Parts: sequence; structure tokens; C-alpha cells
Amino acid sequence: MKKAWIFVLWVTLWSHLAHSQQLVVEVTQGMDSANPIAVVPFAWSGQPLNEDVAAIIGQNLERSGFFKSMARENMLSFPSTQEQVFFRDWRVQKNDYLVIGRMEPSGGDQVSVVFELYDVLKEQRIHAQQVSGSTANLRDVAHFISDIIFEQLTGIKGAFSTRIAYVTSEQLGPNQQRFRLHMADWDGMRPRTILESSEPILSPAWSFDGSKLAYVSFETSRPSVYVQHLATGQRERIQSFPGLNGAPAWSPDGRRLALTLSKDGNPEVYVLDLQSRNLERMTNNSAIDTEPFWSPDGRHLYFTSDRGGSPQIYRLDMSSRGVERVTFEGNYNARGRLTQDGRFLAMVHRGSSRRFQIAVQDLQSGRLDILTNSDYDESPSIAPNGSIIIYATQQGTRGVLAAVSLDGRIRFNMPAAQGDVREPAWSPFLR
Amino acid sequence: MRSTNVTKALALAAVMAFAAGCSSKSAKTDSDSMGAGADASAYGAGQGAGVGAGSWEAVANLRTVFYFDFDRAVVRQEGFSDLEGHARYLAANPSAAVRLEGHADERGTREYNMALGERRAKAVERLLVVNGVQARQIETISYGEERPAVTGNHEGAWSQNRRVELKYVSR
Repeated sequence: MKKAWIFVLWVTLWSHLAHSQQLVVEVTQGMDSANPIAVVPFAWSGQPLNEDVAAIIGQNLERSGFFKSMARENMLSFPSTQEQVFFRDWRVQKNDYLVIGRMEPSGGDQVSVVFELYDVLKEQRIHAQQVSGSTANLRDVAHFISDIIFEQLTGIKGAFSTRIAYVTSEQLGPNQQRFRLHMADWDGMRPRTILESSEPILSPAWSFDGSKLAYVSFETSRPSVYVQHLATGQRERIQSFPGLNGAPAWSPDGRRLALTLSKDGNPEVYVLDLQSRNLERMTNNSAIDTEPFWSPDGRHLYFTSDRGGSPQIYRLDMSSRGVERVTFEGNYNARGRLTQDGRFLAMVHRGSSRRFQIAVQDLQSGRLDILTNSDYDESPSIAPNGSIIIYATQQGTRGVLAAVSLDGRIRFNMPAAQGDVREPAWSPFLR
Repeated sequence: MRSTNVTKALALAAVMAFAAGCSSKSAKTDSDSMGAGADASAYGAGQGAGVGAGSWEAVANLRTVFYFDFDRAVVRQEGFSDLEGHARYLAANPSAAVRLEGHADERGTREYNMALGERRAKAVERLLVVNGVQARQIETISYGEERPAVTGNHEGAWSQNRRVELKYVSR
């Protein structure tokens, strides 16, 4: 893609949303090289629908940073079939791509959606497909179509059908807090509360199949690790030893959970076999060892340790049990996460600027890039397609979620209407 | 009932030895934190006169919150005399018990801060134990950065949040 210097957009995409816990996406920085695309409103002659499928697709593509979505009021026509498309009109308005569609009732509350994707310059149809859904889950339909269009045009699998889990905290009065664990669509819409407590909730972690969340809850007035099945809501307390019970991380095969426990006197990383309940201690050091996470092939367990005098990220070889230090730049590197190909390590980094920022290290070259420019960034979580990192930051003194592309060129904020938002965890690809 | 200078010196030496052993890898920062609290006598000075160490009055006015430096778990000298007062009370009242709640400031990562809060609570626990308190009288828990005492993005707030709160669960 062309020349890529950065500029600030400050576009507020959705201005007013009723739900108090709803996250709102504001793109604060985009790419000047984003490809212009027009997503025409889909034809529909039935009862008014509660979702605008074409608008959701346009927003998704724009938020990916790869595309600039044409405003509806600038469109000269609203074609819904190939015959109605006049390529010259779309070309004159500098669009590279065009999406049209039509929706029809197909019995009961079912809707059939046909969409077509065009290359405006070549005047060619790139892709056409029919998708079905119910009127109640039109957002799913829109995210699904967005995934297909995104992959057709970029070659990267779309992550618009994924979800994020996150924690909110509200101060209700002196010494009275309300903590909630939520799950929402990737864009913050359709939030639902998974757990509510007057005691802290932290460290939500998705299983690799997306069916379960592990997290830490203080609801018994002590920290314990819980696993909750998202389909049924059923949950179980996994570990409750004296001292710390924290930082759960699923193994890629879903059979084991890495944890931090201090039952033996010091914070150490353990691996629990969820079937046999066998618990194995992985670290043995008088320093703090915590925040474990797995390499995608399951052969390495990474963790944060201050054994060298300041928190840094280390890697344990699961077969040889050898430990090596991974991060060297800066005096605070912690809470890492890896891309699905295992190549890039995102983390909380503090260097000479003494700010806590999100950085990414290329594990092949060792090169470290700082992606964010605020002071208190934490909890990076990478989209399953490796394109975007969601993280927690602060606006004023309030915790909000924000996101940045892995190359640092795209940024957006997701401020909630009330409360502190923190601890985002991006789901794997679902279904 | 004042402790003799000898036992006091021994207790202090034990604490210093623990503090040094606890983070021997960064002696520089340790000495920073030791220097921070030169006014050890400012608090708790009145507790001795005429009141037995085993009576509740002896601890009622002692400080119950102890502060720490960034990314450190070394009890500052300014807290020693009050902690010794709590230790004397607990040693004299074996049925009394305390809960030590460790906290961190909001900077840095949540689970690392959870571990740091525990270290701080353990450092205070150790100080009580070397002064004669039985381990079963002490319960420790870390809240990490989840329950700040003061909100705000400045050292004034952070320094109030890097703390251990000592709470009597039974007298």
C-alpha cells in the first residue's frame, strides 16, 4: 500500500448510544493509504429492521484501518443489482471498491441476504454470496459479510465476528465498588454481563476454542480462579490455595491451565492438568514469577519475572525446562501476549520515557517498537488475525479501552459511558 | 513495659537482614527506601508511658497503614516502632489476630502488582513474626492495584496506594 504517513482523523463514528455500559468506538488515527470503499444500503421492502446491515459493514471496514468508507449522503445512487451499477459514477467519486446487496424475507423471522463486491476500476465483480440469518441476529450477518469482504480484499482473515471480554469497576460509595465482567461484540455492541461482584474481578482469559472464560474473582474475599462455560453459564472454582491464585492462561490444546500461585511461599508459575488435576510447578525462584502465557505451539511458557532486578519477560522450554530472558530494552516489560504465528510479542513496556506503553517485539529480529503514546497503558490483547491489539488506557483518571494496529498506524478509543473499563481479552475466532 | 535497647536492636537487625535478603539484587533502591523515613520517632512515641503493651490502649493509636516505594516490598524505617507496638500486643494476646492487606499503585500490570502487594504484606508479616507474633495470628491477602486508597495520576496518590493495611480481626 502506497505511502503511509500518519494523520489524525478524530472522527466520532457513533455519537449517541443509549446503553450505559456500551463502548463507543472513536477512530483517532487512520492511514492515508486506506482504500476507499462504498457500501450501498441494502435493498429491503419488508417491515423496518432494527439493524442497518450495510452501515455495520461500512463501520467494520473503516475501523480495520484498511478502508475508508464512503458517506451515504455522497452517494449518487443506491444500486442493489448489477444492472443498476454505473461504474463511472463510483470511479469519479474515487472509490476503489463497491458493495451492494439486497435482503428478502425467507419465512418466519428469517432473512436472505445477497451481497456483491465489485472492483470499481476494473469494472469487475470480485465476489457474490447469499447469507441467511434471523432478524434478531442481523449484526452477526453483517459481521460475517464483513469478514468475507475483508479477506477477499486483504488476504487476511476477518475478525469482525469475534468478541471481547472486559472488566468494569464503578465506585458506588466510600469503600463500595461494583466489579463486572462483560462480553461484547468486537465493536463493543451487544454487551452482556457475565459476573457481578462487590469484590475485584480480573484476568479474563479465553479458551482457544472460545467456549470458556477463566478469570480471577475475589468474591469469597480471597482470590480464586474460576472457569465459566459461556453457553450454559455453568462455572467452577478451579484453584483456591492460600495466597495468590491468579493469572490463568489456557494451553493451546485446552487441557491445561497455567496459573500463578504463592502457596509455597512465593509467587510461582504452575501448570494444572484440568482432567487429572495434577499440578506441576514450573518456576522456582525467589523473585516474582507471574503472568504466564503459552506459545501457540504449546512448547514454550512465557512469564514475567523480576529475577533480574526489574520485571522482564522470560521463556521456559516445556521439554528441557531451560529458561531464557526474552526482553532487554527498558526497565519494565510485563504481561506479554503472542500473535498466532508466535512471531510478535506484545507487552507493557516502560523505557527511558518512564511511561507505561504498549510495545511489540519481533522475536525473529529482536526489534522493539513502541505503539502507543499515553502514560498508563496495560493489558494488551491481540485480535486472532494479528491485525489489532486492544488494550486498557486512561482518559483523564478514567480507565477506557483503546486499540492500535500491530504496525502502530491505526488507533481507536472505545470509551464507555460510565465506570472504569479495563482488562480486555480478545476472543479467538468463533464457530 | 519498654523493651530494652538490646532486644530492640536485635529485632531491627533481623528486619534489616530480611529486607536486604528480600531484594539483595538491587541494593541501591533499598538504601533509597531506608533513607525515606528518618523520623521513626515521630509516630507512636507516646504509647509506652504507663500503658501495658498487652492492653488495647497501647495499640489503639498506632498507625495501621504502612507505605512502600515503587516496585519495592521493604518496610520503611518510619513504620518500625509502630509495628513493634502491634507485635508486642499480639505476642501478649495470643487470641488476637490481624489481617494484612497488601496494595500496589496503579502503574504497571495487574497480576504483577498482585504479586507485589503480597510481597508487601509478607514483609510486614515477617516483621511481626520476628517480634514474637505467631504465624497463626496473621492472615495476609493482596489486592494488587484493585482497591486504591486515593485516585489520581500523580505521586501523591500513588504513594498513598503502595501500602499494607493492618486490620485487627479479633482483639
